[in-house]
Amino acid sequence: MSIEIKTATLEPIRHTFEHTKRRFGDKPASRYQEASYDIAPEQNFHYRPFWQPDKELFDKSRTAVVMEDWNVHKDPRQYYYGTYVQARAKLQEVTESNYAFFEKRGSADRMSEAVRAKIIRCLVPLRHAELGANMNNMFAFSYGTATVVNQGFLYNAMDRLGIAQYLSRIGLLLDGNSTESLTLAKEYWMTDPAWQGLRRYIENVLCVKDWFEVFIAQDVVLDTLLYDIIYRQFDEAITEQGGSDLAMLIEFMQEWHKDSSRWVDATLKTTVEESDHNRTTIKRWVDDWREKAVADLAPLAEIAVGDTAMAASLDVLNQRLAKVGL
Amino acid sequence: MSNRKINMKEKYRLLTRDLDWEYSYRDYKEIFPQEEFEGIKITDWSKWEDPFRLTMDAYWKYQAEKEKKLYAILDAFAQNNGQQNVTDARYVNAIKLFLTGISPGEHQAAMGFGHVGRQLGGVGARVACQMQAIDELRHVQTQIHAMSHYNKFFDGFQDFSHMHDRVWYLSVPKSFFDDARTAGPFEYMVAIGFSFEYVLTNLLFVPFMSGAAYNGDMATVTFGFSAQSDEARHMTLGLEIIKFLLEQHPDNVPIVQRWINKWFWRGTRMLALVAMMMDYMLPNKVMSWQEAWEVYFEEAGGSLFKDLARYGIEMPAYAKTAIAEKEHISHQAWSIFYNYGHAAAFHTWMPTEKEMDWLSEKYPNTFDKYYRPRFEKWREMEAAGERFYNPTLPMLCQTCQIPMGFTDMEDPTSTFYRQSEYDGERYNFCSDGCKDIFDHEPEKYVQAWLPVHQIYQGNCGGPSMEDVLGNYYKINLGVDNMDFHGSPDEERWNMWHNLESAENKLKRAS
Repeated sequence: MSIEIKTATLEPIRHTFEHTKRRFGDKPASRYQEASYDIAPEQNFHYRPFWQPDKELFDKSRTAVVMEDWNVHKDPRQYYYGTYVQARAKLQEVTESNYAFFEKRGSADRMSEAVRAKIIRCLVPLRHAELGANMNNMFAFSYGTATVVNQGFLYNAMDRLGIAQYLSRIGLLLDGNSTESLTLAKEYWMTDPAWQGLRRYIENVLCVKDWFEVFIAQDVVLDTLLYDIIYRQFDEAITEQGGSDLAMLIEFMQEWHKDSSRWVDATLKTTVEESDHNRTTIKRWVDDWREKAVADLAPLAEIAVGDTAMAASLDVLNQRLAKVGL
Repeated sequence: MSNRKINMKEKYRLLTRDLDWEYSYRDYKEIFPQEEFEGIKITDWSKWEDPFRLTMDAYWKYQAEKEKKLYAILDAFAQNNGQQNVTDARYVNAIKLFLTGISPGEHQAAMGFGHVGRQLGGVGARVACQMQAIDELRHVQTQIHAMSHYNKFFDGFQDFSHMHDRVWYLSVPKSFFDDARTAGPFEYMVAIGFSFEYVLTNLLFVPFMSGAAYNGDMATVTFGFSAQSDEARHMTLGLEIIKFLLEQHPDNVPIVQRWINKWFWRGTRMLALVAMMMDYMLPNKVMSWQEAWEVYFEEAGGSLFKDLARYGIEMPAYAKTAIAEKEHISHQAWSIFYNYGHAAAFHTWMPTEKEMDWLSEKYPNTFDKYYRPRFEKWREMEAAGERFYNPTLPMLCQTCQIPMGFTDMEDPTSTFYRQSEYDGERYNFCSDGCKDIFDHEPEKYVQAWLPVHQIYQGNCGGPSMEDVLGNYYKINLGVDNMDFHGSPDEERWNMWHNLESAENKLKRAS
């Protein structure tokens, strides 16, 4: 038997905001829609930026790709701030218990010296690369046009900072908080020939002025390759070498990458499909950065996994690009 | 392996500062091209003191808990038609002003902190700014959600974003944030991080949220409580940026002082909107604007500037003028909006007799002498069916963009007026503060998109008021605008509460 509480009903005079109604029709809108679409200023800007006097704030010409309407994008995860932090809070809760378990079990001690050394050489230096990814996504956030697109970059930027922090904690778990692993990882990042390609790549992306090109170079090309090399192939390799407990420490990155890829793919697809101009422009960037990335990442792929690793990851990237016809 | 203990400070350093590295494939200046052009000298970013130590895992956790609670209350508010429980439907106009005027500013702040969160060379400062960027996005989005339910039952919320880009009085906050965002990264930090978030937040954010608490607005006040700990973080960042800049190099002191002068005045002018909200739009008053100003600027700000004196920083220029204006500004601003009540997307009204008595008591030096007679006259006109609306278009101040209506504090009956010439054109100002800001950077302020000029130039939908207000601003004429008395808002409110409208009362009385 069901019970029914009587409530006074008041007839609303409208279902949602007018800008939401113009875009989605006269019906109740979701919180994602109300908080994401058409809320950025679009015109009548008062002053030109001192730091870029040839453009306005929110200027669409900060990228060479052109959208008739940037607000046609959609994040398949439907993240606005509230849903974003709640999704990440769930992931971090699992991660926290993984890290606690790893520590309690003394997993670091159970790993061989060689495995620990390999993780410190091949994984921990990524904390620096993730800071670069944080800056690159923050760049795209601050120069984009529409909130529904921009907010994805902001969430991504904060995620990358979080990942850089988890990677640092992995170092501390492995060295018993002596911080030696972090010092060593930084030395690798700065001087080890295997890492110089990636560092050069990141420093180059930090100088790119077109925010959508930054997205291609960082989130599409580099992340697809790097996350495949490290969080799939290196994970497998280290497991074979007796380091299977590492899996607990990198679950966050693996889950995050799956989650983030949904947004990356959607953003890429919508933009590519808008016009031939976009397709050509993006194709050029992809070709350009893919070539650099393969050259720059190959030494790292080799020491982390082996000589077939780079080609395997390149396949993953090419398949992903093929899905959007690139 | 026995684990060494690492203290919080050291751990935070390892998890933020230590992530950075010295670039060698590209030049520092290529990566941070905006760090020098403002003349600010940074000698050592490592001297930056982290204003708070919050790693991302903790951030996600705390913020998710806050969001969960907030949205549970917003859901309950909507389910129970909480909009019926506000003190009186006039109150809702305060939050219409908030959603159309302030929330888009939160969005701008998110973008601005994102920009400096990329452009500053110090990783500690960048990370702190990034956290504020995402907090500010939180604020605009949760404000939209908190007011979404009001939008379904009251007029004037429905096109806040479209209006913010166009409507004459909304160009006051819009130009304020545009000004900060188009400045260099350090000026932005002094403008929004320090002057706005630290010095003035208790006069902006707090009055609206306290107003909500005093007037039964559970949705907005819950947002306010939820945002409090974010705001506390933002204040510590604002203070740190000032101390950092002043400690880095003595040459920074005069630059920072000029920015403080500018942004104090810019902020004070924008607060005229808050002043009128506090004194006129809240049926249940929190405190008078004058009282708020005395507590939060004169006392709290006073001791802040005493503290900064050791760096060679003085009270903002024109603080004296602002202090003198505290007894006038709310009355003058409300008069302007009452005059142009047909051109606003919220309702205006004359205070009741009881409210006028409150104003007399709170403003013994000014209200009865300068404002009450005018307001009583307007009330009589309304009673006679001739509610006063000013049919002309006002002249706007080139800097703050408020109609020229503020008076000379030496002679509160005459309008204050200044002019400057630049490149053969004359520009008008409401105050010495606004004129100074213009004179220092005329090439910037001549670019201002002044709503009245734009109407005259035919850029706002056409020549008639209907074209501008109805088509271009998208104000629903006769619904969103005009006096509260006789509005659909009032009618619905009376229906919900079985109240008789003022109009019917009058009819019955005669």
